[in-house]
Amino acid sequence: MLSRTADHLYWMSRFIERSEALARMLDAHYRHSLLPHAPEVVARDWRATLNSLGLLEAYQARHETFATASAFHFLAFDREHAGSIVSCLRAARENARAVRGTITSEMWETLNSTWLESRGYEGEGAEHDIGEFLEWVRYRAHLSRGVTLGTMLRDEAFRFTRIGTFLEGADATARMLRARARPGFVPLDEPAGPDAYTWTLLLRSLSAFEVYRKIYRDAVTPWRVTDLLVLRDDLPRSLGRCVSEVYLNLREVANEQSAETERRAGQLHSTFHFGRLELLLAPGFGAFLDGFLGQIAVLGDRIAQDFLVPPTPT
Amino acid sequence: MAATPYNEMELPDGSPRDHYRRYATWLQAQAADRLARRRAEADSLFHRVGITFAVYGEDEGAERLIPFDIVPRIVAAEEWRRLEAGLRQRVQALNAFLSDVYHGQEILRAGRVPPELILCNAQYRPEMQGIDVPGRIYAHIAGIDVVRAGSGEFHVLEDNLRVPSGVSYMLENRKMMMRLFPELFARHSVAPVEHYPDVLLDNLRSVAPVGVSDPTVVLLTAGAQNSAYFEHAFLAQQMGIELVEGQDLFVRDDAVFMRTTQGPVRVDVIYRRIDDDFLDPLAFRPDSLLGVPGLLSAYRAGHVTVANAIGTGIADDKSIYPYVPDMIEFYLGERPLLANVETYVLRRPDDLAYVLAHLEELVVKEVHGAGGYGMLIGPTASGTQLEEFRARISANPAGYIAQPTLALSTCPTFVDAGIAPRHIDLRPYVLSGREITIVPGGLTRVALRDGSLVVNSSQGGGTKDTWVLES
Repeated sequence: MLSRTADHLYWMSRFIERSEALARMLDAHYRHSLLPHAPEVVARDWRATLNSLGLLEAYQARHETFATASAFHFLAFDREHAGSIVSCLRAARENARAVRGTITSEMWETLNSTWLESRGYEGEGAEHDIGEFLEWVRYRAHLSRGVTLGTMLRDEAFRFTRIGTFLEGADATARMLRARARPGFVPLDEPAGPDAYTWTLLLRSLSAFEVYRKIYRDAVTPWRVTDLLVLRDDLPRSLGRCVSEVYLNLREVANEQSAETERRAGQLHSTFHFGRLELLLAPGFGAFLDGFLGQIAVLGDRIAQDFLVPPTPT
Repeated sequence: MAATPYNEMELPDGSPRDHYRRYATWLQAQAADRLARRRAEADSLFHRVGITFAVYGEDEGAERLIPFDIVPRIVAAEEWRRLEAGLRQRVQALNAFLSDVYHGQEILRAGRVPPELILCNAQYRPEMQGIDVPGRIYAHIAGIDVVRAGSGEFHVLEDNLRVPSGVSYMLENRKMMMRLFPELFARHSVAPVEHYPDVLLDNLRSVAPVGVSDPTVVLLTAGAQNSAYFEHAFLAQQMGIELVEGQDLFVRDDAVFMRTTQGPVRVDVIYRRIDDDFLDPLAFRPDSLLGVPGLLSAYRAGHVTVANAIGTGIADDKSIYPYVPDMIEFYLGERPLLANVETYVLRRPDDLAYVLAHLEELVVKEVHGAGGYGMLIGPTASGTQLEEFRARISANPAGYIAQPTLALSTCPTFVDAGIAPRHIDLRPYVLSGREITIVPGGLTRVALRDGSLVVNSSQGGGTKDTWVLES
């Protein structure tokens, strides 16, 4: 398979996953914003979210305050920067278009209609539409995932879409947790007092609230939420699950130069598979997540080097 | 200009021709709003599937549909048999001509084609001189534009031997018609076209370099920004071959490889959809980012086949077109079965004088132009346009040819006002490999504006499904 094709497939799935992650994150924020808050709390939360997405500078270049309306518009509808939901949907579609002969026609049609329909939402952004738009994005993501799993041959092309999906998934979950970590934060195994609701929201936005109840049958505590989202191998969006998927799919496409990348992915996988939360968090909650995000980024770079844009042999 | 154009469906008395009888009966029974609904359905399907073409110079998202007309163009079995024999003969002669031009040039020495017309032509590629190509085939894929004029006789308007496009519309239009009007296919025995990609792949494999038993074929595209990108992706998918861009290929030791996730893979046949000029920056335009450095050298070494061959433009240049009937006689010893359109060659002083005196009756074309650009249609041109062309022609007579304004045949078409006749042409696709194959049908283009004779999609033309009846 062409390296360029693998590259497009990989980015196509990353952008699909990213649009969904953004929608989930915004949804949590949206629900949170319905509670009574002082303006400085609202601003603080937006700043944390934008910072965890790496979009703080881009935002501040365009907006002066952290008002809910402008932050929503920036993350959902702004076509002028690559980090918004509509930009991700467009990028997913453009990558799919470049390999429309490789993906199934059902996949292409799904991504193409998503993009066509997203253009109908642009220019909108009235507050009452936000919930509907976010719902729609998640629904389209379910559809994209379903059509990929339901129609695509389990070949190399499929493996690269999976690698993209789970690298992005690991990144997204880590960032959502990271947004909870103010300096010195330690997740305790007891209800989080006035912050309790934000932990429930975090679970809900990752479709993990009902799962939490099923597993723990107890009150929501930051420690357990972290344990669930970091280590539970059976939770689709946990760091552990995403890393295992990256590793397993990477093994399927290994080539002559990818041994080191595979080794690193495998090492990361075993860290989670055989790890304990208290050990992982020993350097601190924020430091652990920053370290993890760094490892994911390196893994992404190495995959690009080994498979997606290999240098010309001489 | 001829009085009434030939109507494909109706006899002069208004009754349907034999091969249209069943369709006409069906059409009469259809309510207009059902047809309108079907057309809307077709539009939305084409959008969703993304059968669009990019319009140069417009914003992103400016991907347009080529309008699709739901009334098919029907060709009787007997008409098709005649047409097919003529196309076969013509393409065979054109390939013989190309082989001759790039080898012994006997036709020039025999005085049948003026040597300066070839040797001083920008489309002539000296790099190809003396190179043997597999099977002596240059134009593996030819799109021959055919029109019906006068009382319905076929004329070849233009040969397209470089990178003819449009075949995906032939295939998609058929799929669409079968989806919209399945009942019609139960009533007519329409010759299938769906096997086109199979025949194309088989032909491409058959022209692989000597000694390659299981050739790797790729389709070379300029990329997703190209106006015909949909077609490139579509054909590659239908044939199950890689769709590559120049950056995916590289040349090492005079052989072509593609970069894959598992390392370099040798490429044997390149079905290229980019022009000669952009193929190899080391040999042609040095600023080309679309091509593959070293490709020409690998090609000349016989280590890769390029289809269509480099240099085919010399046979479809409009200045060469008037000589195609001579080629048929010279190489095949046969009388041409398909007529050319009468053509004035303005490098001849007599023709030039006549054309300048009758400009408002004629169609004038640039010899190197394509796609309906650089063209004057005398009868509909304004005074200013006529004067402008008069000046351009006088300044460079050899740069133009002229033809009478043909009353192109008309076919009923579903337009805003209902069903009305519109002018059409036909582009059948002729595939040359081990043998010559023509999938029955082709792309019918229709000028949607009332009275317009220009069918090009860049100029407001649409397309129709083309039915060749089997009986």
